[in-house]
Amino acid sequence: MNIFDIIGPVMIGPSSSHTAGAARLGKLARNIFGEEFFQADIILYNSFAKTGKGHGTDKAIVAGILGMEPDDENIKKAIEISREFGIEVNFSFEDLKREVHPNTARIKLYGKENTMTISGCSLGGGRVMIQDIDGFKTEFTGEFNTIISIQRDKPGIVAYVASYLAQSNINIAQMKLSRKSKGDMALMIIETDEIPPKSVKRDLESHEGIYKIVVATV
Amino acid sequence: MTFFTMKEIIETSERKGAKISDVALEMESKETGLSADEIMKKMAYNYEIMKNSVSQGISKIIPSISGLTGGEGYRLWQNVKNGLSGETILKASSRAMAVSNVNASMGRIVASPTAGSCGIIPSVLITVGEKLGKSDNDIVKALITTAVVGKIIAYNATLAGAEGGCQAECGSASAMAAAAAVELAGGTPSQSGHAVAIALKGIMGLICDPVAGLVEVPCIKRNAFGAAQAILAADMAMAGIESVIPVDEVIKAMGEVGHALPVELKETAMGGIAASETGKNLEKKLMREDM
Repeated sequence: MNIFDIIGPVMIGPSSSHTAGAARLGKLARNIFGEEFFQADIILYNSFAKTGKGHGTDKAIVAGILGMEPDDENIKKAIEISREFGIEVNFSFEDLKREVHPNTARIKLYGKENTMTISGCSLGGGRVMIQDIDGFKTEFTGEFNTIISIQRDKPGIVAYVASYLAQSNINIAQMKLSRKSKGDMALMIIETDEIPPKSVKRDLESHEGIYKIVVATV
Repeated sequence: MTFFTMKEIIETSERKGAKISDVALEMESKETGLSADEIMKKMAYNYEIMKNSVSQGISKIIPSISGLTGGEGYRLWQNVKNGLSGETILKASSRAMAVSNVNASMGRIVASPTAGSCGIIPSVLITVGEKLGKSDNDIVKALITTAVVGKIIAYNATLAGAEGGCQAECGSASAMAAAAAVELAGGTPSQSGHAVAIALKGIMGLICDPVAGLVEVPCIKRNAFGAAQAILAADMAMAGIESVIPVDEVIKAMGEVGHALPVELKETAMGGIAASETGKNLEKKLMREDM
């Protein structure tokens, strides 16, 4: 904790969890998808659904997927701006009570060829956690540079990625691996201290067991 | 080194004959690797945002997104000259609500320490600085003092309404502002410590009961009280009034009161005025009714 965690951050009100955190969730979803998109279906759950209107949660998430930071004064106008960009935004609201964190959103982005569904929650103080990407359970905050790998669940891939990063002088801060079932698809989240080079996506995707690499930098 | 208690930072400051902000700046610089100049520049940016939010909120009526509130800061500002409380208190209280109004309208603010309590520190520092003819640089340094006090409260208690109620947000902001007001007015580090204790005691036990869960009712007006109380606590401390209970014990007590508060009274909108008849009716009107 430093003093700017106490006097700060600069943000658009009214709520660090329901506004600033919502904008960060949207921005992370945009970065994780990493492609142009023309439609976003957003489900707000529990407290996000109930009090989201008065907190501008809907506007903040849309602002985030448009690439705005939590201190952007255009957050207020994000829904109008999304229309100008020709992006269709659909909201729905669900109450899952205790099944999910009180401040949870699920964002589905539609690109030309691909779609991606990303779920996350706002933990308070503007901090967030991505919990699910296309059905893979995960836990990362976006506070570090993050490499996301969608890959086959088979021996050697983790070692391949780790040695590639070692050669690029990238230090792994944290790492998490999950899979749908044995031998099926797996998802690996690697948080790094350094910013991964641009070539990381091309280089790692050239491995036959790696289907997709997403790099979300801080 | 990190200071985990008010006692440590007060003793270190007094031993060196320095202000709390000097010692805090040196410590922060060592911890983050940023130079004192860089830290001051970053804080000066936050101060600019604070000044903008104050001037926006007192110059016009800004309705909140929900429509529940708006113009509180502007209205009190119109009465600064004729009010009963005196100009300093009225200016600080108007400015505190002005920032809260900007927050509730989806304007840009500095969480200090939270969005719910974002009016208190800017309003007190700007008002006290103006009254004493202090420079922007002095006020930015005073912000460093508020931050280190906030850090110590966060270590030993909490700054979150969901954990400790309003006393943890507006109470802490008021205490942080009181310490800095003492420093701006030329008081000693030890007097800053007493001001923190006095302000926290004044607001101890205050619950967090936002109507419909929104940062508006009663939050905006509580920012005004937090600001007024900070100035009064600073005056008491500088008059030589001491807190009988040492400041670190008061901070700990605030945290323990926070834990003891039932969950209904900690930001859940299930108790206090949020659970009043009108509060519930407003909630029904403002919330999605099908939920």
